[in-house]
Amino acid sequence: MNIRHLLSASDLDRRDATAVLDTATEMAAMARREVKKLPTLRGKTVVNLFYEDSTRTRISFEAAAKRLSADVINFSAKGSSVSKGESLKDTALTLQAMGADAVVIRHPASGAPHRLAHWIDGTVLNAGDGTHEHPTQALLDAYTMRSRHGRIEGLKVAIVGDVLHSRVARSNVHLLHTLGAHVTLVAPPTLIPVGVTGWPVDVGYDLDAVLPGADVVMMLRVQRERMTDSFFPSEREYARRYGLDADRVRAMPSHAIVMHPGPMNRGMEIAPEVADSARSTIVEQVANGVSVRMAVLYLLLGGVK
Amino acid sequence: MAYHEAVQPKIIITGADLARIVDRIAHQILEKTDGARDTILLGVPTRGVPLAHRLAARIRAFEGVEVPVGTLDITLYRDDLRLRGARALGPTDLPPGGIDGRRVILVDDVLFSGRTIRAALDALADLGRPRIVQLGVLVDRGHRELPIRADYVGKNIPTSIDESVRVMLTETDGTDEVRITGKDTA
Amino acid sequence: MSSYLIRGAAVVGGEPTDLLLRDGIVAEAGRGLSAKGAEVVDADGLVALPGLVDLHTHLREPGREDAETVDSGSRAAALGGYTAVCAMANTSPVADTAGVVEQVWRLGREAGLVDVQPIGAVTVGLAGERLAELGAMADSAARVRIFSDDGNCVADPRLMRRALEYVKAFDGVIAQHAEEPRLTEGAQMHEGIESARLGLPGWPAVAEEAIIARDVLLAEHVGARLHVCHVSAAGSVEILRWAKRRERLTGRPSKVTAEVTPHHLLLTDDRAAGYDPVFKVNPPLRTAEDVAALRAGLVEGVIDAVATDHAPHAVQDKECEWGYARPGMLGLETALSIVVDALLDDLGWDGIADRMSRAPARIAGLADHGHDPAKGRPANLTLIDPSATWTVEPTALASRSRNTPYAGFTLRSRVVATFLHGQPTVLDGKVLR
Repeated sequence: MNIRHLLSASDLDRRDATAVLDTATEMAAMARREVKKLPTLRGKTVVNLFYEDSTRTRISFEAAAKRLSADVINFSAKGSSVSKGESLKDTALTLQAMGADAVVIRHPASGAPHRLAHWIDGTVLNAGDGTHEHPTQALLDAYTMRSRHGRIEGLKVAIVGDVLHSRVARSNVHLLHTLGAHVTLVAPPTLIPVGVTGWPVDVGYDLDAVLPGADVVMMLRVQRERMTDSFFPSEREYARRYGLDADRVRAMPSHAIVMHPGPMNRGMEIAPEVADSARSTIVEQVANGVSVRMAVLYLLLGGVK
Repeated sequence: MAYHEAVQPKIIITGADLARIVDRIAHQILEKTDGARDTILLGVPTRGVPLAHRLAARIRAFEGVEVPVGTLDITLYRDDLRLRGARALGPTDLPPGGIDGRRVILVDDVLFSGRTIRAALDALADLGRPRIVQLGVLVDRGHRELPIRADYVGKNIPTSIDESVRVMLTETDGTDEVRITGKDTA
Repeated sequence: MSSYLIRGAAVVGGEPTDLLLRDGIVAEAGRGLSAKGAEVVDADGLVALPGLVDLHTHLREPGREDAETVDSGSRAAALGGYTAVCAMANTSPVADTAGVVEQVWRLGREAGLVDVQPIGAVTVGLAGERLAELGAMADSAARVRIFSDDGNCVADPRLMRRALEYVKAFDGVIAQHAEEPRLTEGAQMHEGIESARLGLPGWPAVAEEAIIARDVLLAEHVGARLHVCHVSAAGSVEILRWAKRRERLTGRPSKVTAEVTPHHLLLTDDRAAGYDPVFKVNPPLRTAEDVAALRAGLVEGVIDAVATDHAPHAVQDKECEWGYARPGMLGLETALSIVVDALLDDLGWDGIADRMSRAPARIAGLADHGHDPAKGRPANLTLIDPSATWTVEPTALASRSRNTPYAGFTLRSRVVATFLHGQPTVLDGKVLR
């Protein structure tokens, strides 16, 4: 791969994105082995710099790095110098002095990984920045779609929910477009960004109209707090118009799958029985996350810079 | 780029020779392993794989023994990743029953520095515990950098370090042939 | 005090002229003047403009002297060709009393490099709830005439009406920072295609346009002056054009004025792409269409003046995540070069003199400024080399802060000398102190 950092899903062209998915397939085979370890990143240091609580993503990156024999250092915001007000720049300089080969950063401010990349020599991996992007999530979503459907090109993907505030949606729109899938966004108009006219997507406000044609339905988490900001009037109305319940699943084609990046609001955007059904890929998305993150770490760190 | 004195690649093994060599290795395996019992062949991608399949086919033809064939990708165990960059991975498929307690014969096209086989031994160690590991190659071109030797050698070809040996197989390259290209050609 | 003979300057781009400065005024203007004991300044090839007047500068003192002081800001202003700057009220404490505005005024006189005209806050503490003592500030030694809550919008329509009416008593003017706060909560950059892509909450143009539309109608209704700060959107230009046409058609004297910053005449929202907060500003950088409309508006005179909105910020307020950074850009030292680069062909030196000196001096009520160098006029002028180029180096600027968006840019035209009340503040491109 000829990119130095992974800050946005749009950093990957079709060739690179496909390389990640193919490599992840081989990495996944490793999970079935007795010795789940490869020596590939021995001697490299990967720092998890998490300014937001996210046990799941952090553990996923940690497992991925350790399976490749890298040394992992976890730096979480709570109870560290960060919570005492140390700036991102000073933290970066500390990591630089420590010789971190890669920093995986999750941060509440959009663009924080870009600033970090300015201040360190190592590789920066965006694990979620504000409402901007979450590239490895999109990669594991694409990997999941490919393993269930055998392809990505030509798939009809519906992304449903709070697109405006969703970094998962942004990354998925970029990556799916790069890989040749067709994306339709479905949400109340208040949750679709004004600048969506620049995106390679269709937009719909009626979920029932979109479901019968979808190969993949990706439900986004909707925060209840958006209600106080009048993005929608009530939980009930949101669930009624945009929630995926068992009836709506029956309207989907029989081969179609249901995805969710987690964590879920059971009963809000997705009914519990739908989340637990065979159509749902929610559990395997988590497992796929480790393989995909192993692939990304290998491809970005495995060779010379 | 102009080739002022184009040095033609030299064909050192022709298609017909190659088939005979594969037959000879198959016989050698049968002889040294007392009929290829409890043995599996693991081809190292890329060209080790079709070679392993051919050996299994000849062994079947000669004595009716079914030797399982698998592939072993060693990219993630290479010691020269930092010099050459992250490369695409090949598949690793072990035959049913795995490698524990069995004889594994690694199959590759060319044995040169020995580093590929060292990586393969590390990979095997992480996959299980074979009883014996042996190595079969089509060509041994010398210039070992590690204490590694092949148990079954198709042909020993002395080369100079800046020459290159290229094995071509029908399955991967459309023809069967082994060539040496000299230092002056691309 | 010394006299100065400026030899051979092209006054507002005209024929080379000699100017004899004595006792604070241009005593003589003509060709082949004799030096008569004056110090000679060779202005061959230079253009002489009336000293520039900035309607909108943040000098940060009192309160944020780590970012800028009246002294360092005055140095930057003089280097930029300015002889007068209007200092915004959002200091700490806020300039909402006679005491604070007099302090700023005094600091300006002590620095002695530019006439610092303090602006008074409209509301107490800039909180937008009750009027500050506007009359006391007008009567103070600082003689405040422009009032602004800049940084904040006077959003309450009733309070804005009262403010517009109240200052009529002393020929004051309310300078509005037009931003409907309920539409820009949490906003980080212009709301459009770029903000959607970058995942940053948007600041829609309508938040500015809606307030301008309301305020021009209010000002008309109560017969008051209105000045609109840092216009940034094409829609705002259209509203101002409509308002001024109404004034002309109904035969009313022109009371609505507006300003635009140099950065809004050049930079667009795609600059945010790398999330470098040096490009974060309020109102935000917008699209190429907006830049074109603002340029056309300035050339037409719908926008009366260029004002820098010079906004220094300490390093830690800019070298951080975009969302945590304070908005604002430096402007005093680069303003003239940016405007010349963008609009010299369309405005000519006469137009530049008007937009950067005459009009702002008139709006601010600064009687000594905005006069083309001519016999009998106050000697507040600047000499510019139109052919010089210079590269912007943030650490070489006179400002205490470094947040210029033009780092590394090579700009055309450079201030060589500035004269304040007949005495040089800048000679050979260097501050004299």
